Amino acid sequence: MTATDEREVGAARRRKEDARLITGRTRWTDNLTVPGLLHMAILRSPFASARIVSVDTSAALSRPNVVAAFSGADVADVQGSLPCAWPVTEDIVHPDRPPLAVDVIRHHGEAVAVVVARDRASAMDALEAIEVDYEPLTPVLDLEEALAEGSTLVHPDKGTNLSYTWVFDSAAAGTGADVGAVDAEVVLERRYVQQRLIPAFMEPRSVIVDPGAGDYTIWSSTQIPHILRVFYALLTGTPEHKIRVIAPDVGGGFGGKLHVTPEELITFMAARRIGRPVKYTETRSETMLAGHHGRDMIQDVRLTARRDGTVTGISVKLIANMGAYLGLVGPGTPILGAFMYNGIYKFAAYRFECTGVFTNTTLTDPYRGAGRPEATYLIERVMDELAVELGLDPIEVRRRNWIKKEEFPFTTVAGLVYDSGDYDAATDKALALLGYDELRKEQELRRASGDPVQLGIGTSTYTEMCGLAPSRILGALRYAAGGWETASVRVLPTGKVEVVTGVSPHGQGHETAWSQIVADELGVAFDDVEVLHGDTRTSHKGLDTYGSRSLAVGGIALVEACRKVRDKARTVAAHMLECSPDDLEFTGGAFRVRGTPDAAKTVADAAFAVFAAHDLPDGIEPTLDADATFDPETFSFPHGTHLCAVEVDTQTGHVAIRKYVAVDDVGKVINPTIVEGQVHGGVAQGIAQALHEEAVYDESGTLVTGSFVEYTPPAAADLPDIVTDRTETPATTHPLGVKGVGEAGTIASTPAVVNAIVDALRPYGVRDVPMPCTPERVWRAIRAVGTETEGGRS
Amino acid sequence: MIPVAFDYLRPASVDEAVAALADGGEDAKVLAGGQSLIPVLRLRLSAPSLLVDLGGVAQLRGVREEGDALSIGAMTTHDEVASSPLVRRHAPLLAAMAATIGDRQVRHRGTLGGSLSHADPAADMPAAAAALEARYVLAGPSGRRVVSAADFAVDLFTTALADDEVLVEIQVPKMDGWGSHYEKFHRMVQAWAIVGVAAMVRRTDGVIESARVTLTNMGPTALRATAVEQALAGCAADRAAIEEACSVAAEGTSPIDDLTASAEYRRHLARVLAGRAVAAAAGV
Ligand SMILES: Cc1cc2nc3c(=O)[nH]c(=O)nc-3n(C[C@H](O)[C@H](O)[C@H](O)COP(=O)(O)OP(=O)(O)OC[C@H]3O[C@@H](n4cnc5c(N)ncnc54)[C@H](O)[C@@H]3O)c2cc1C
Repeated sequence: MTATDEREVGAARRRKEDARLITGRTRWTDNLTVPGLLHMAILRSPFASARIVSVDTSAALSRPNVVAAFSGADVADVQGSLPCAWPVTEDIVHPDRPPLAVDVIRHHGEAVAVVVARDRASAMDALEAIEVDYEPLTPVLDLEEALAEGSTLVHPDKGTNLSYTWVFDSAAAGTGADVGAVDAEVVLERRYVQQRLIPAFMEPRSVIVDPGAGDYTIWSSTQIPHILRVFYALLTGTPEHKIRVIAPDVGGGFGGKLHVTPEELITFMAARRIGRPVKYTETRSETMLAGHHGRDMIQDVRLTARRDGTVTGISVKLIANMGAYLGLVGPGTPILGAFMYNGIYKFAAYRFECTGVFTNTTLTDPYRGAGRPEATYLIERVMDELAVELGLDPIEVRRRNWIKKEEFPFTTVAGLVYDSGDYDAATDKALALLGYDELRKEQELRRASGDPVQLGIGTSTYTEMCGLAPSRILGALRYAAGGWETASVRVLPTGKVEVVTGVSPHGQGHETAWSQIVADELGVAFDDVEVLHGDTRTSHKGLDTYGSRSLAVGGIALVEACRKVRDKARTVAAHMLECSPDDLEFTGGAFRVRGTPDAAKTVADAAFAVFAAHDLPDGIEPTLDADATFDPETFSFPHGTHLCAVEVDTQTGHVAIRKYVAVDDVGKVINPTIVEGQVHGGVAQGIAQALHEEAVYDESGTLVTGSFVEYTPPAAADLPDIVTDRTETPATTHPLGVKGVGEAGTIASTPAVVNAIVDALRPYGVRDVPMPCTPERVWRAIRAVGTETEGGRS
Repeated sequence: MIPVAFDYLRPASVDEAVAALADGGEDAKVLAGGQSLIPVLRLRLSAPSLLVDLGGVAQLRGVREEGDALSIGAMTTHDEVASSPLVRRHAPLLAAMAATIGDRQVRHRGTLGGSLSHADPAADMPAAAAALEARYVLAGPSGRRVVSAADFAVDLFTTALADDEVLVEIQVPKMDGWGSHYEKFHRMVQAWAIVGVAAMVRRTDGVIESARVTLTNMGPTALRATAVEQALAGCAADRAAIEEACSVAAEGTSPIDDLTASAEYRRHLARVLAGRAVAAAAGV
């Protein structure tokens, strides 16, 4: 930041949006209505795999208030196929994905037919009158079985369940050695499983399509209104300029609304067929069944090291469950992790291979962290294993391998250039906050006394790549779009400021952070800034919000737009003050003549002068507006150290988090309260993966965790107090210094918790507990000591 | 989801409620706090044509002292049970158990009568009622009858209540002089018990004179761990002796195997938790 004074940036401002959000004055999609609105309900398959013999919707049509009913067969010619924007390899197997199933069901909950009625209850009632004749087939559910010779196929016409294999090899890429050619005094082989998760956003997905007179207005609870508009145009043949997409207030996403959904397309088809606006709001059960899922992969790792603890190489093989189809960015999600398995360390050699596999399950797509939590989990788990193997403290083994402060910028074995970081500083702070040494002593005492409640300490020293993403790199990775971001700043005649941003907040607090940045850049009051977003009519361009990109990319565009405005205001102010622009300095919220600070004009003064336009310098247009679009050169790399202490009741397997410390370095901080909130929420979700959440299918392919009774995100009472602190190493690659914080907590916390549990149980010979580490699993891991069944291969 | 459409009545007295149920026949159902019934209706697992809401029957709510017992109206909420000075004084086990139910919202809507009538094997209140040897007052078209806790709980989601009967009140003998404790083991703080063990102990000096131990979610209904109770009678009030006595806690149980926990693990938990509950109740 080069604004001369920073009054707002760095201040713990209360969030502007919260008054609206907590007093029920929000505009959730489901709260909106338009004249003539109809309501749609969707009939979903009870089977995971079946042939649809016939669908008869005629009886539904005669139910009260029903306006229309149709099935996949009725729209087969017009519905097209849902997009995958990230076909990661040239020869990827990419099956069609009809919004409504036509003749084959490939996962439990797939949409089969719809009813549109005058009210929602009538539409739901009438679903019961639709008759579907299914011929159930045997589903394929297990990842390794799906890859085996002769397996049942999810898409028989493709001849395989293998979608793609994507490889990175440091020797081939020229970024490091061959994993087979490095010192291997110690070899560790482990298998970890990332269970399937369901993004549990608060507001279920909802969409309204108003067909107007061929000029469509669409409200959707989405993270990606801009991307959605492009795909609506491409998929429905509607000219893009006849489509307006609005993401009103959106109640969370976590990646789960980074999608072009079947429901959005089906609602569109219904509205177009009927010629009236149609709304569809899913039930929570539908979210769980048919909203996309996350993670779900098997990770095999082989790590080589010297006896002094220096890791020489790491080789990672993933089998990633795509589900029944490819999601919008599903194939690319594990690839986002490909550059992160080396973590914060200096390894000589690295090989990564990911195989994407089809199964008869709901498809997977990004979930908070997308690829990076998986990578961090694996490397941080296996670094602990190495420490145990070598009899070293887990912190020490990490220190011996991580990049030192003075070594930045550092080109990693995965080929990324980390611009900055200070892993020692963050770790030292975290150790002090946790009281690491005292807890280790207590652990010794408990071990010595055979206390039934054992103590464990888990470490996670993470980094991640944020600010998605440099468009050139996305192109090289075969992603269909770019990664730039845009902002417009317009100063109104009275000095108030409207900002239009291309990102699309859904709970993060952008309105607040953006206002703080603008306030400092233009010397205006925080409350005089209005941030507009999420409506393609006001914000015609943008790439939306995911991948911790909003501030790290969109924030830069905002600063650049502000500076264009400020430069112009400076010219106008100089004209008003009858001096040269070079004689002015911008301080205390105004342009002041150097040496005569009372001779001053504010941006608001310039704005009114521009509005009147009576006396402007030659060649100055009478506007005080500017746009900027920023395409990052590189990613940003927040990092930090999370430490977790757990108490494990060895009699019941119950795990209690005794203390959790998160020291994060997210670069420059715009609003510490928002950063803390992001860390808290992220840590909660990471803990949830470690201890609580898992989507489970039974052997028939039925999702048995179909509600919050079985799928159990933690409530406040399930979570520990989280001690947060920061170090601040600004990013050097752009003018704002920020690095991104949206996913950090989730990425860091899962391995910290599991490492702590395993650490507590080391005396019992336990080397792994599969996630989520439920009490029963912990208890079983303890009981299995001495047998070969727990902990993978060695 | 949205329930199938139903008719709704809100009578002002027990007699009106019973009459409405009798008129409504098999398709009529009582609505108390709705915390179990509404989820069932929303998922369309049940579609009654008439709901008789007891929320307007003032006489069904509250705790009264009646000699050696407390009389608790069926519509008394879990929160009211948990915070009632009378219950806390004379049946602290019941108050403690009510306080573990679900979350704040659930405790403010859900009722003692609803929980007992619903007879979910994972519910906490039936184990409390069994330990306290509570008696249930039922009102039907032909008058009132009193049923013991043991006779009221018939099976999974099945009680002695006839379709046209209303549970009116629960009579709980005062248990002054007994120590009590509930060990509820759950995955999430606000969730149902995987296994729960309620214990009441009366001890003289270092000896357990008499004990009652009941189990939540170890079978189709709340169970009394009679083998443990027998082993505890006359047993020394020390940890080792108690644990030994509680090693038979899973005897005669038939816990389910489901997503939350295996039957084997539940049996193990019953033994561990029984030891802890009894020790705590005995002040060890
Ligand atoms: C999120 C959540 C968590 C929960 N956690 C727990 C928990 O940890 N432990 C626990 O024990 N319970 C738990 N419950 C259940 C809760 O205790 C319910 O309140 C209770 O099971 C039912 O009581 P109700 O008053 O809500 O009854 P309702 O739901 O209204 O009725 C339940 C059934 O009982 C019948 N009924 C109700 N009252 C009478 C009456 N007076 N006479 C005849 N029939 C009657 C109804 O017809 C219906 O069939 C939870 C519920 C929720 C939603």
